[in-house]
Amino acid sequence: MSSIIIIVLGIIMLGAAFITIYLKNLVAAIISAGVISLLASVIYLVLGSPDVAMTEASIGSALTTVIFLFALNKLRKENKND
Amino acid sequence: MLYSLIIGIALLLVGIFAMLTQKNLIKIILGFSIADTGVHIIIVSLGYLKDKTAPIIDSAVQASEAASKVVDPIPSALVLTAIVIGLAVTAVMLSFVVEMYRKNKSLNINDYQELKW
Amino acid sequence: MIKNVLVVLALLGLLVMFLPIVNNFQERSELSELATDYVNGSIKDLNSPNVVTSVIVTYRGLDTLGEVTVLFLATLAVGFLLKKKALKTEKKEATENLKTTSTFLAALVMVLGIYIFSHGHLTPGGGFQGGVIIASGFLLLILADINLKINHTIIQLVESFSGVFYVIIGAVGLVLTIGFLNSRIIPLGEFGNLFSAGSIPIIYSLIGLKVGAELTNIIDTMEGE
Repeated sequence: MSSIIIIVLGIIMLGAAFITIYLKNLVAAIISAGVISLLASVIYLVLGSPDVAMTEASIGSALTTVIFLFALNKLRKENKND
Repeated sequence: MLYSLIIGIALLLVGIFAMLTQKNLIKIILGFSIADTGVHIIIVSLGYLKDKTAPIIDSAVQASEAASKVVDPIPSALVLTAIVIGLAVTAVMLSFVVEMYRKNKSLNINDYQELKW
Repeated sequence: MIKNVLVVLALLGLLVMFLPIVNNFQERSELSELATDYVNGSIKDLNSPNVVTSVIVTYRGLDTLGEVTVLFLATLAVGFLLKKKALKTEKKEATENLKTTSTFLAALVMVLGIYIFSHGHLTPGGGFQGGVIIASGFLLLILADINLKINHTIIQLVESFSGVFYVIIGAVGLVLTIGFLNSRIIPLGEFGNLFSAGSIPIIYSLIGLKVGAELTNIIDTMEGE
């Protein structure tokens, strides 16, 4: 049962990784990288480590996405203020 | 188990491929973040024992026979540190990208060729 | 074109290097000797039900000190690089609905964070997870444009004092000649109480406050203005 969960989540993760590389819109690419971290957090829970699952869900999925979007916002403001 | 090991290796290879072939600076840093996640999955999947539970001792796992019913706790401790350090390195890389954009006004890596000989 | 072929060849070489791990992979069926030592030591010597917490704080405590240092250096680097203020642009004022809801929710989120890092030795969780949750509570306040007048000074003071107290608690173990960062300097209580397991809850609370303050600084610096 846990093998099936890991295989299905793995296929979705690899699909999301390829979408991250080949999308032109930067905001969409950043959000699909956040989706990879979220699914990795579920895999950590199936593999028996709840501490790592909590850490990955909060840091990888929430804070990394927010930091990327803040940096993108700063780049756009630089572009507008020329 | 074996399947998560294969998934971790695949994510690492996709991340390195993104770092080597993309031209946009933000996509290179996204590839680094994906490769980081892949390495962490490899380490945690090497510490899994079949049919055992999480290393927390409560009513499900009695204290006297705990050593025969829990998953290895050492890879979890290593990966916890590594995830936080990965976030710190990504934040520093992004602030470098913002500074580079202020100098040259371009996010294409082919415009930063001052150090090539 | 030739560059793409070379890249794919290099990745195939890396895959070939990983193949022996996949081929000789056998799932182990019992813990190694070191892990059995850690699990039994955590129950008998340290009185802490969460084995991962006792490994991070006591058995590999020096690595945690190094990690806290790396986070501090990252905060320093981000603050140094992004110090030029961006020019003010037109920004829409946040609505009344967002401000009220964010204040209410941020208080609840911070209480959850404090619960998680203070119960680190009893439930899954600990200092790093609780610190990140506190930082996301502050992120809600920053996004809703609420200016707290106590913002920067108190956060910097909390961060500095947490770091200094962490090292002082480690040095107390040196003074009592039982080793740096040994957590038996305070009497161990009963198994499963909140105030048990020596100095592990104190160290984890200090780590939680420090990580929360540092990540709040990083987010505030990157948001600019």
